[in-house]
Amino acid sequence: MKPFLPFESRMVPMPMNNIDTDQIIPARFLKTTSKEGLDKQLFCDWRYDAQGNPKPDFILNTPRGQNAQVLLAGDNFGCGSSREHAPWALTQFGFRAVISTSFADIFKGNSLKNSLLPIVVSHDVHAKLLALPEAAKVRIDLASQTMTLPDGERVEFPVDPFSKTCLLEGIDELGWILKQENSIAAYEAGRVGSIDTRV
Amino acid sequence: MSGNLKTTERQAGGSVGAIKTLSQKVWDAHVVHEEPGAPSLIYIDLHLVHEVTSPQAFSGLRERGLKVRRPDLTIATTDHSIPTTDRSLPIVDPIAANQVAQLDKNCKEFGITHYGVHSNHQGIVHVIGPELGLTQPGMTVVCGDSHTATHGAVGALAFGIGTSEVENVLATQCLLQRPSKTFRVNVTGSLKSGVSAKDIILALIAQIGIGGGTGTVLEYTGSAITALDMEGRMTVCNMSIEGGARAGMIAPDDTTFQYLNGRQFAPKGADWDAAVARWRRLPTDQGAKFDREVTINGDALEPMITWGTNPGMGIPISAAVPEPSSVSDPLERDALTKALTYMGLEAGKPLAGHPVDVVFIGSCTNSRISDLRSAAAILKGRKVNPNVRVMVVPGSMEVKRQAIAEGLPEIFRAAGCDYREPGCSMCIAMNGDQLQPGQYSVSTSNRNFEGRQGKGGRTFLASPLTAAATALTGVVTDVRTIL
Repeated sequence: MKPFLPFESRMVPMPMNNIDTDQIIPARFLKTTSKEGLDKQLFCDWRYDAQGNPKPDFILNTPRGQNAQVLLAGDNFGCGSSREHAPWALTQFGFRAVISTSFADIFKGNSLKNSLLPIVVSHDVHAKLLALPEAAKVRIDLASQTMTLPDGERVEFPVDPFSKTCLLEGIDELGWILKQENSIAAYEAGRVGSIDTRV
Repeated sequence: MSGNLKTTERQAGGSVGAIKTLSQKVWDAHVVHEEPGAPSLIYIDLHLVHEVTSPQAFSGLRERGLKVRRPDLTIATTDHSIPTTDRSLPIVDPIAANQVAQLDKNCKEFGITHYGVHSNHQGIVHVIGPELGLTQPGMTVVCGDSHTATHGAVGALAFGIGTSEVENVLATQCLLQRPSKTFRVNVTGSLKSGVSAKDIILALIAQIGIGGGTGTVLEYTGSAITALDMEGRMTVCNMSIEGGARAGMIAPDDTTFQYLNGRQFAPKGADWDAAVARWRRLPTDQGAKFDREVTINGDALEPMITWGTNPGMGIPISAAVPEPSSVSDPLERDALTKALTYMGLEAGKPLAGHPVDVVFIGSCTNSRISDLRSAAAILKGRKVNPNVRVMVVPGSMEVKRQAIAEGLPEIFRAAGCDYREPGCSMCIAMNGDQLQPGQYSVSTSNRNFEGRQGKGGRTFLASPLTAAATALTGVVTDVRTIL
């Protein structure tokens, strides 16, 4: 992973609550064995008609939906399944952050492992962001955990400190866990009542 | 994340006087390593693997040159992408066929037991875990699937993970996690005739909303829960994620032990006695505090059904579809209006009597033998409505065998149902079993999101009893009218 650097971007508003993972990427696209090529399937059933033509009124098909790195979504974004294809599709489309008033647990965890920053804001800040003009940009700085609005207002957002370090340094969890070999081996030595699936 | 007080209690581990909930006991027993600034490293006792969320994780292992640390604690099955038609035929969809073959290849290469397409143990991953006795009280169980919460029914801490975490567990048998808050759901009284486990969980989600359990582990307690058999408990725990909770648990009791005793992977002999003694210490201690509690009056529950596009949009079957104008929050109001439009429903009208095209009885929520029995009891000696396609999909080869032993396939076929081979089928519509655009289903599955059962399809979630009653009439039917 690349280190997560500060950036400035317009926002793509999708002010709907409970946008679920079946909308972010429908299950029929999960038959792939690759992580790649999912950007075209992002929000597929909202984005294309039955013939596969882009629906002109869906925001990702409008100029506003192009070349922006921040998705501004409603409450409980990413609810539903554990499919990591959801953050894969979002990042491959170009998103680097999603702003909402809350996120589903599994989606949030998956996003943090894929350099997609879930930013939780208050309902007041959310309403203010939604009311900004189309061209308005926000600046997102993970190191200081702040988002700067066009009027200069700085909004702090929470991030798990461990995930923050991983994102800023561009490292993943597995390397860290592998270094805990001694603790894992010691724990295993004391386990009782284990199963053996190989019998 | 919990407050400091809880962390202190947990670090006290098994010390005298530590009062803990069921989930805290399981958590504490699995902490491998803790250090400031990092989540806890917890050990995983059982890792369930399926074809959809694992290929990229195995690729990751290859790229790093890693092995599967504990193949003995890992089990795979194929369930999501496979057809539910004749198993002797090849898989027609080349992309699905490749994914299924890839899991076979990965399991062979990494030494993992795989109950594949032609195995006698094949089935939906959350059906075969408990039925083989693989999932046991006090375990930590993970799977790259959000319905892993199912296994909490035996008193395991079981939750869904993403593919990166699948890779972490394959490589290290460990996960980095923060403890969840605790949320007790107390279901009092006893269920009336026609009301089942599915109605309990649909009622809970309708009450707390689909994000209501975010950040928590649910623990289901109360007389209406302890009266459930194990399969009913699995139905309840299965849909914990539809309330936003990654895990849902029920304290192990004699019902649990009776269910597990003698199953293939359950302990035997003296090991069994020792295990039961350990498991009896798992239930939440008296006086333990939960971060949140709700109570549901089981006596007052009716059969539930969803009308909208998320599992929280549920109503008692005698009620009317809600009016968006009754909701003050503008985004919530928009969501209701959008859901009504997608579903083609009128606000203020009851759902009962609405025609359906398909009835689906199956999924990790409701495809076990008791689900098939309750549907068969309604359908026996009757004919399904000719306008409805009724699909019955057993959850596993074991369920299929048991159903044959009880004569259930004959009942379903005589009634005019399409009785199929085990798999996830129309719950997730990855395998060709799907609704056509605009079609309505009453489904015993767990999600009614837009397009979940096929692009443009419209899903009413309900119990096997409600599904079977609807199959007979062709319209959404209150099962209590035909009991």
